[in-house]
Amino acid sequence: MIRATNVSKNFGTFAALRDVSVDIPTGALTALLGPSGGGKSTLLRIIAGLETPDSGTIEIGGEDSTKLSPQRRNVGFVFQHYAAFKHMTVFGNVAFGLEIRKRPKAQIKARVDELLELVHLEQFAHRYPAQLSGGQRQRMALARALAVEPKVLLLDEPFGALDAQVRKELRSWLRRLHDEVHVTTVFVTHDQEEAMEVADEIVVMAGGEVQQVGSPDDLYERPSSEFVMSFLGPTTRVGGALVRPHDVDLLPDPAPGTVAATVQRVVRLGFEVRVDLLVDDEPTWAQITRDQARRLAARPGDRVFLRAGTADIAREVAV
Amino acid sequence: MARYGLRTVALVYLLFLLVLPVGLICWTTFQDGIAPVIESLTTPSALHAFKVTAQVAVLTVIANTVFGVGTAVLLVRHEFRGRRVLNMLVDLPLAVSPVVVGLALVLVYGRFAPFGGWLADLGIDVIFSLPGMVLATIFVCLPLVVRAVTPVLEEIGIEQEQAAWTLGSKPWQTFRRVTLPAIRWALAYGMVLTLARALGEYGAVAVVSGRIKDQTQTLTLFVEERFQNFDQQAAYAAAFAMAVIAVLTLLTITLLRPREDER
Repeated sequence: MIRATNVSKNFGTFAALRDVSVDIPTGALTALLGPSGGGKSTLLRIIAGLETPDSGTIEIGGEDSTKLSPQRRNVGFVFQHYAAFKHMTVFGNVAFGLEIRKRPKAQIKARVDELLELVHLEQFAHRYPAQLSGGQRQRMALARALAVEPKVLLLDEPFGALDAQVRKELRSWLRRLHDEVHVTTVFVTHDQEEAMEVADEIVVMAGGEVQQVGSPDDLYERPSSEFVMSFLGPTTRVGGALVRPHDVDLLPDPAPGTVAATVQRVVRLGFEVRVDLLVDDEPTWAQITRDQARRLAARPGDRVFLRAGTADIAREVAV
Repeated sequence: MARYGLRTVALVYLLFLLVLPVGLICWTTFQDGIAPVIESLTTPSALHAFKVTAQVAVLTVIANTVFGVGTAVLLVRHEFRGRRVLNMLVDLPLAVSPVVVGLALVLVYGRFAPFGGWLADLGIDVIFSLPGMVLATIFVCLPLVVRAVTPVLEEIGIEQEQAAWTLGSKPWQTFRRVTLPAIRWALAYGMVLTLARALGEYGAVAVVSGRIKDQTQTLTLFVEERFQNFDQQAAYAAAFAMAVIAVLTLLTITLLRPREDER
């Protein structure tokens, strides 16, 4: 387990972390999710020992690591921009940590070959990083970090510099890799979809504070604040309450608990249909299926009746 | 038309400033064939001047390589009080005339200065001997390695080094295995520039060396002394030798430059 206790960090007058305490479970894949400037990268770098906290402690696997140098923490770190050793081949990059540890040559070779196979780079062993694509470089960086069998694997926006297609491939690949390797993994992302898809556990951070910790389902179904709710997916307001647009029902006729609304616009986005509405001059929108849209047959200017469907969350949130 | 005009101006300018003087040195040197050139370059005084120049240049390159890389790392990788002052001081030798540098060194290390006197009591003569000449040359060449390495260090960033730390690499190992290979071409460029500057240094060395023939005479001082004594053959031969060394260094620099850009 990684345990951060009352960690604070300031850069000049900017408070990057304010008294953060959080436990990260062993063996799980945890996402630190939040908007940029929310403190998630700083927390990750403090866990790695690349930054020193102004106050508070970091425990890794039950050992107080607050004062340990990054060399002695036994963590693997993967940077957004790969941090590849440009003058070394792929083999040399992955072998680096083992060579520093003065392992026998044959053992290094065997381990590096095994890792290159794991990240599907076995044919690229003798290439230089400049000859690889972004995705390949990041897989190399991952193999390099895993080579020294770290207690913890830390990834700082690992897919942030890659294009959308490669991003999607790599994140499902990371999930499968974690299922094989089982090393405690923490990755930083500002992309909620990425966090929801990949992580077992999500720590939402903003403003230098932990907003909520939980499984993707937990956070989506039971957000503890409007901030968490709006960060994890689309939201809209109906009569002052924050709701998910797909939880909004549109009816042609009034019914108990409905409010009247005027249709502004109907946009078909493939499978789903987005209906922009006005409720008492307040704009809102609903996400409905194509079937529902067909049944409703609403046009701009029509009057419909709106019910904020499974409103439990909304009520909880509105508190 | 304007293009050709500009080219002509540039070529004529170069002709009168560079090609003609250097060409004339070659011509004058080999006026009487190659034998007198070899003869005047192999006199004991000339050979000694070569030796002193080589000693000064090599020691300067070593000292400024160590200092230059150290300072560049300090300036780029560390935040500390006085960083901007240090950054400015590094460029000082570019602004100060070498003669002033020489005089300043005499003021500190001369026999009749407190510190110089103390060193002299210990048997270390700085002024009018090799240590002073090396000091003067080091001072004059101070910015060259620092300014060659600093931008490259800034550009490669600190992440490769941090990656090495998390893989267990100690600071010195990280420097040797990650930082140094990343800056090697820039460093080589700075070292060659330093070498060229050290070989050609005249002003500061002239002041601190005392120009003692066969003792503290470098090649530049040798050329000047021979010229003053109407030994034109030796003066031109040595000048030619220096020109050849300069061209070789230039060639090395040109070869190093594109490799630096490749990164």
